[in-house]
Amino acid sequence: MSQIVLQAKGINKSFHDPITIQILKDINFTVNKGEFVSVIGKSGCGKSTLLYILSTMDTDFQGELLIDGESTRNKKEGQLALVRNEKIGFVFQFHYLLNEFSVLRNVMLPGLKLGKYSEEEVEHRAMQKLKILGIENEAHKMANQLSGGQKQRVAIARALINDPLIIMGDEPTGNLDKKNGKIVFDIFQELAQEFKQTLLIVTHDNEFANSTDRIIEMEDGRIVKL
Amino acid sequence: MNIKLLLTIAKSLLLARWRQTLVAAIGVTFSITMFITLLSFMSGLNDLLDGLILNRTAHIKLFNEIKATKDQPIDLSDKFKSSYHFIHSIKPSNARQEIYNNGAILKALNSDKRVKGIAPKIIAQVFYNVGAIDITGVINGIDVEAENKLFFFNDYVTAGNYIDLLNVPNSIILGKGAAEKMLANIGDVIQITTPKGDRIQLKVVGFFQSGLVELDKVQSYCSLTTTQKLLGKSSNYITDIQVKLNDMTTAPVLAKEYANTFGIDAEDIQTANSQFETGSSIRTLISYAVGITLLIVAGFGIYNILNMMIYEKMDSIAILKATGFSGKDVNTIFVVIALSIGFFGGLVGLLFGFGLSSVIDQIPFNTASLPTIKTYPINYNPKFYTIGITFSLITTYFAGLFPARKASKIDPVVIIRGK
Repeated sequence: MSQIVLQAKGINKSFHDPITIQILKDINFTVNKGEFVSVIGKSGCGKSTLLYILSTMDTDFQGELLIDGESTRNKKEGQLALVRNEKIGFVFQFHYLLNEFSVLRNVMLPGLKLGKYSEEEVEHRAMQKLKILGIENEAHKMANQLSGGQKQRVAIARALINDPLIIMGDEPTGNLDKKNGKIVFDIFQELAQEFKQTLLIVTHDNEFANSTDRIIEMEDGRIVKL
Repeated sequence: MNIKLLLTIAKSLLLARWRQTLVAAIGVTFSITMFITLLSFMSGLNDLLDGLILNRTAHIKLFNEIKATKDQPIDLSDKFKSSYHFIHSIKPSNARQEIYNNGAILKALNSDKRVKGIAPKIIAQVFYNVGAIDITGVINGIDVEAENKLFFFNDYVTAGNYIDLLNVPNSIILGKGAAEKMLANIGDVIQITTPKGDRIQLKVVGFFQSGLVELDKVQSYCSLTTTQKLLGKSSNYITDIQVKLNDMTTAPVLAKEYANTFGIDAEDIQTANSQFETGSSIRTLISYAVGITLLIVAGFGIYNILNMMIYEKMDSIAILKATGFSGKDVNTIFVVIALSIGFFGGLVGLLFGFGLSSVIDQIPFNTASLPTIKTYPINYNPKFYTIGITFSLITTYFAGLFPARKASKIDPVVIIRGK
């Protein structure tokens, strides 16, 4: 009954340089709509590698990845970019805002790229997202004038602009202090509960993981607990 | 929508590093400025030097060459038709230098639509008498008005009035060098000896300076009637017909046609002055080579700056790609950056180039050999400006293409993971 947003079918990945090491071994799992899932595991267990494969940015793997029921195999680079633009929102450990643009413009860029709404509408939507995250007052500042915690919230607003099917995060609180980390976590929780937003967050913070709906635990490239 | 968005991103990236952008643009501006100035100046100089000869040279010269006839009597004999003829010591017959039946030829040429104008001429070898010394010289008997209309005769008369050749009977315009040798001033009467030995007195009404010193030591000008008189010939005697065509490039073809039709010798300007054409085309080639080299150097500057920009913006490119911009979009952004540097730098370069050439145009340039030139010559041909802006766009496009392709191939994973 619940809709499957993301499905991994037998994903294997190896690095061949300098010697062949298998990083991911037969990964199978699904993420349903509205779920708040966290992926935990020790450093080097392959959880970030898995995330980049799930995000379509890394296409060099065996197995199959279905996003919104569509396989990412046989899609060209431009088509994958479109999938990322429309269906996936990203929050990284580092905020990666463009310092050449204002906060508002940073949030608007993926929306303008999608071109679903007019520029005025995208701007209006961006302001709404910033309001949800409580930083609407900073909208017209340049990106490099914000604090670290604020920047990460702008990055979340940017991830939300196209109402993605799923938000993926790679240690989104890893670079923040306790207080800001808490704020960001609360935002994720609010998104999951109030807006039924699907979230897939990679973390090594067990406290963070324990508060999510479901924990996927990885060890040595395998999923040990679903 | 997409293009507009990419343009605004390109603009923001450009303006964010406006100092770098300025340096790159100045490189283009400088090279376009120099390209325009160099070509305008070089081609002005070329036109001047070509004009020195071409303005005063007929496109086709019709004359009777002193030479042995091609058809020797033995060739006409049926008896020896299948034999090979050995004839030694052939000499030209005592033919006249005059062009026969020139009235009819002049009439035919005048009605030919391809002809811009004609000027009949008599060339007479004479001696200028300076005391007891005789100096060899050449008197050109000219149709004064036609000569002025077609060959800008007046431009080269540095003292006196050219029309006095018609108004003053028995008058002469002396070459500057010849006049100096003879210590003659305007209004003086000089004496010459004709090839037949007659001594004739002529009044000096002006000086002529062609810019070619050797020529000025020998050449002088009289009207047609004066020359006919001093040679003792009738009023239909002429030795040369100078033809100026509407299209100079047709000269070789028409020269052959006239030679056949009129049965006389015809020489076209391309054959007579081939060295000039070679010279000017090589000068043009050199100026283009230098100009384009400047542009390519500027192109490398842009290439470097864009490459640096891409290394600096690695993260931004990665995040653009992660949030849904394709490699093609990133490629477009950087090509747009390069092209706008080329376009605006080039545009300012055109203006500066025009300014600099106008300044050069004002610099005094006086030389004894070029009486009509007062300042450095500049050719404001719009062609140079078109080539300049086109090349600045092409070089910047290619300078931008390689860094842009590199940027489009950046894998977002590597950068995001690398932190």
